[in-house]
Amino acid sequence: MRETKEKRGVAFTIFVHMVLIFLAFLCLFFFYILIINSTRDHYQIQKGFSFLPGTHFMENLHNVLNDANIPVVSGIKNSLLVSVGAAVLATYFSALTAYGLYAYDFKLKKPAFIFIMLILSMPTQVSALGFVRLVEKMNMMNTLWPLFLPSIAAPAVFYFMYSYIQASLPMELVEAARMDGCSEFGTFNRIVLPIMKPAIAVQAIFTFVQTWNTYFIPALIISDNSKKTLPILIASLRSADFLKFDMGKVYMLITVAIVPIIIVYLLLSRFIVAGVTLGGVKE
Amino acid sequence: MKGRSGNKGVSYAKWGYIFIAPFFIAFFIFQLIPLVSTIYYSFFEYYRSGLKIIGPNPVGFDNYKALFDSDFLKYMGNTLILWISGFIPQIFVSLLLAAWFTDLRLRIRGKQFFKVVIYMPNLIMASAFAMLFFALFSDNGPVNGFLMSAGIIDKPFRFLSSVVGARGLVALMNFLMWFGNTTILLMAAVMGINPALFEAAELDGCSHLQMFFKITLPMIRPILVYVLITSMIGGLQMFDVPQILTNGNGNPNRTVTTIIMYLNNHLYSKNYCMASSVSVILFLICAVLCIGVYFSLNSGDDGMGGKKRKKKKGGVSV
Repeated sequence: MRETKEKRGVAFTIFVHMVLIFLAFLCLFFFYILIINSTRDHYQIQKGFSFLPGTHFMENLHNVLNDANIPVVSGIKNSLLVSVGAAVLATYFSALTAYGLYAYDFKLKKPAFIFIMLILSMPTQVSALGFVRLVEKMNMMNTLWPLFLPSIAAPAVFYFMYSYIQASLPMELVEAARMDGCSEFGTFNRIVLPIMKPAIAVQAIFTFVQTWNTYFIPALIISDNSKKTLPILIASLRSADFLKFDMGKVYMLITVAIVPIIIVYLLLSRFIVAGVTLGGVKE
Repeated sequence: MKGRSGNKGVSYAKWGYIFIAPFFIAFFIFQLIPLVSTIYYSFFEYYRSGLKIIGPNPVGFDNYKALFDSDFLKYMGNTLILWISGFIPQIFVSLLLAAWFTDLRLRIRGKQFFKVVIYMPNLIMASAFAMLFFALFSDNGPVNGFLMSAGIIDKPFRFLSSVVGARGLVALMNFLMWFGNTTILLMAAVMGINPALFEAAELDGCSHLQMFFKITLPMIRPILVYVLITSMIGGLQMFDVPQILTNGNGNPNRTVTTIIMYLNNHLYSKNYCMASSVSVILFLICAVLCIGVYFSLNSGDDGMGGKKRKKKKGGVSV
């Protein structure tokens, strides 16, 4: 009796592992083909599928970086600039807002909090039309500013910061800093920010990745080739006459757009996976 | 919310306003003004005809009438189908994985590895991922090459010319991009359940299955509601994947055109009447869903509720 139960347990464990391996395979396989194909030249790719890498990695990379129609180098630069800008603004100002709502008592405190909670998941697409018109009026079309300045108001980042600050900032610390003559801004910058470092790091990564990947709004604002970010370049590749393209180059451009993120993710994965729900679980 | 200050007769209230000001100013400029002007334009005749700009002339609700006479409802339906066909496998697989990962009797090897791998697609640039799928599943792409050399099919299957193929690819991509994220959120919720409940159930001789349906599911209901609503909002925003996969035309026969793709087309052709009325409808739906998110985060005291990808719930009570 006991033995059959154990056997069934073993069979079930094996089944579970098979499902997990299948899902992991699904997640990895496409990226595996991507990497393989980015190392092969157009002719090899057309000839058929292979599990083994080719020898044209550097050649493809060189071709992608030097294509006059797809300014990849400036694309990487623009994407980096916008993503870093958004990450810095979103984390700093969200922490500031969270601290403001946590540490001070004022009349509009509760309404302000409820308001942010209500707009927490409101997509920015709903006001895209007004946003583009506004950017036109501000003479900021074809500039990178409108792609990261709005990150100052990031409700989702705020919410994370607020939860974190609630769990980890004792008000006694703030009061002690005041006693020592620290100004309110000084207290925030020198006492509160360092305590919030883990939350800031996690949110900086998420905001960076999200901005790095955004396509909809940037595509409406940017039309100038030298200002395009990577997602817009990828989209322009798709709208070009696809069959005329060197496929090695196509795969290489996709690689350039996503592999840096994958590498950073793998290096920080423990931290990032934990960060998805940081503070939400009682230890 | 517990804030204590000003206990020495000094009022710090103004600092509260100063600290939250940048957020609200940025919100006002970059989100509220655009939203109000979008709503405003939806009541005007305002579009480009050739090189001429017509309007803006007030037309009342005519734009909305025109909108519902157009293919808007069809695109609404497309969006719903694409979302559901990705969401059902996603929630099913995520629940299963969350239950397995948190089951201590089940000794899973390489748990961390699996978690890292399944979460990875969530961070991938959706447009690049769609471009990759387009290249892989094109008529003479590697997937067809592989299927033919394995003898499964004789001639290439034209994924992007068949309704099921194109919709299936979008659903598959959405599934791959989101099931890891949902799994991690659900896992956190399951781990937040008081272990004593499971211990008691085990003593009473409950099976895995009974425990899952009688304890786990009811206990994580708030976060399930949360996942459902945020996923719906995400589904309404669906754009990058179908746009790049079909080059913006939503073919075959515009069966993968989503609402945002429709909005995008009108924004490009500077047809502000249509663009603004689509936006307003979308805003109204999202507003209802946002109220749902608000209540799902503020209901229940099991302390967990994260937004897709990046947050967890405030007010963790110990």
